[in-house]
Amino acid sequence: MMQIEQLVNKVNRALADQVAGTIPILVAFLRQEVEKAGFDHVVFGLSGGIDSAVVAYLAVAAFGRDRVHPLLMPYKTSSKASVADAKKVLDELGLPLVQFDITPQIDAYFAFQEDASALRRGNKMARERMSIIYDQSALLHALPLGTSNKTELLLGYGTQFGDLASALNPIGDLYKTQIRHLAKLLAVPTAIIEKPPSADLWQDQTDEGEFGFTYEEADAILHLLIDQRLAAAEVVALGFEGRMVENITWRIRQNQYKRRMPIIAKLSSRTVGVDFRYSRDWGM
Amino acid sequence: MKSIRVALGQVRPKLGDVHTNLAKLLEFVDRAAREGANLIVFPELALTGYLLRDLTYEVARKVTDDEIVALIAASVKIDILFSFVEETDAHHFYTSSLYASDGRVVHIHRKVYLPTYGLFEEGRHYARGKSIAAFDCTHHRAGIAICEDAWHPSVPYLLSVAGIDVLYIPSSGPGRALGSGSDSGSQLFWERLIRTYAQLFTCFVVFVNRVGFEDGLYFFGHSAVVGPDGELVGKIDTHEEDLQVFTLDLSLLRKERYRLPLLRDEDAHLTYRMLGNMLEEQR
Repeated sequence: MMQIEQLVNKVNRALADQVAGTIPILVAFLRQEVEKAGFDHVVFGLSGGIDSAVVAYLAVAAFGRDRVHPLLMPYKTSSKASVADAKKVLDELGLPLVQFDITPQIDAYFAFQEDASALRRGNKMARERMSIIYDQSALLHALPLGTSNKTELLLGYGTQFGDLASALNPIGDLYKTQIRHLAKLLAVPTAIIEKPPSADLWQDQTDEGEFGFTYEEADAILHLLIDQRLAAAEVVALGFEGRMVENITWRIRQNQYKRRMPIIAKLSSRTVGVDFRYSRDWGM
Repeated sequence: MKSIRVALGQVRPKLGDVHTNLAKLLEFVDRAAREGANLIVFPELALTGYLLRDLTYEVARKVTDDEIVALIAASVKIDILFSFVEETDAHHFYTSSLYASDGRVVHIHRKVYLPTYGLFEEGRHYARGKSIAAFDCTHHRAGIAICEDAWHPSVPYLLSVAGIDVLYIPSSGPGRALGSGSDSGSQLFWERLIRTYAQLFTCFVVFVNRVGFEDGLYFFGHSAVVGPDGELVGKIDTHEEDLQVFTLDLSLLRKERYRLPLLRDEDAHLTYRMLGNMLEEQR
């Protein structure tokens, strides 16, 4: 078991090292991709968690605080600590508080569906928030930024058309443990970096509690599977628990649909997404 | 002339917008001329942008088309090495680099090695160039390897046997495989590669890489010139759009080739014979 801990640490350290040079690239990415799309402001949800905090710091570095619009969108059961952490980010960066309480519309929808599962409620809230972000995008003429990291994208830990939606995502190629390192480099408040990550869908929920493994373990396994192209059996042979590796490979495959645009029934000779092939930055 | 002044046009093209890119290239030509350059080198596909996909069909130009003619005509000011999607009369599409001087075409190199793996899909859209040749241009002899061409040592080797003073490498190199330093794995690889080639082939290497982003791809710039001793003559140390002029002191070639006569001692006939035998055996 000691051996595995050492291996996890070793991979985590290598991943953290990769973060050193990313800030100027991500700042240039944000600036150029936003401006050439014809926008000069950005909008995104600020939850109080580390991912959206990192995006806020990067966005302010890229655009200055006048063009950055983080939105707080709590539900009545949202953790008070999360809201406080989000406000701390606003204070640190000198950004104004813009808050939309989503309780009325969520409660109205579920009023006659009291038995709705926590999953349905969580997904509905995520989509409600994204619906607000896109509406504010039109109002503020601001491009919506994504705040999903590589770990979430690979594990499918996000709501399709909810928090997974965005126009641009600066952090989608960084694992969660890399985000922690990036957050330190950006001087994000330590309390936000160190608290256990949570989707905050119910009280005391934590991502790692739901997964049954830690982000350190997940990122080490994902790095070996995805970036190093090891087979699942090879990862297990290194000493990782078979069930954990199996769970992760299953999640990756199971959630592929969340990483793609909808599939279209091909009929013509040029079909959107199949052989009508243009970059998104067409003409930019 | 003992030296040439080469401008590196580290541009950020607009994807698929030939009109806008042409205007920018012409502006860079004028700036380079004002700064006393003899030649300006632009990155791979600076006239069109890189991640073209189906736009290839729309941005392709024949050498006789207006935009290409305009750039060739501008070479009355200074020599210009630029790159575009070339369409032949037979409607084959190539990634080409054209060296123009004094209003005329001196040489066209069609990219031979089209990366089609990982993030690359060039083999899907382009025909493969079938020739590697050196050419004489103002005061020096040169060869062109477009980006991936330079990752195949046979290309600079053949050019070296053909005899070159300067190897030009127009590129659209995206950063990937982040390492522990501030540079990506691909950027570090390029730096090592051009210094090694310059030293082994005892020639100048002029690497001009584009900048900007296309669909999340990060083109890292850091264009550079290396001397025949493998030492850096100068570089554009950013991923921003820029133009800088560097002087290539051609007398260094004489010194370095006397000191380290690798080219004199290279036995191309042996290579040719052995290669012929090996390929015959593999048949």
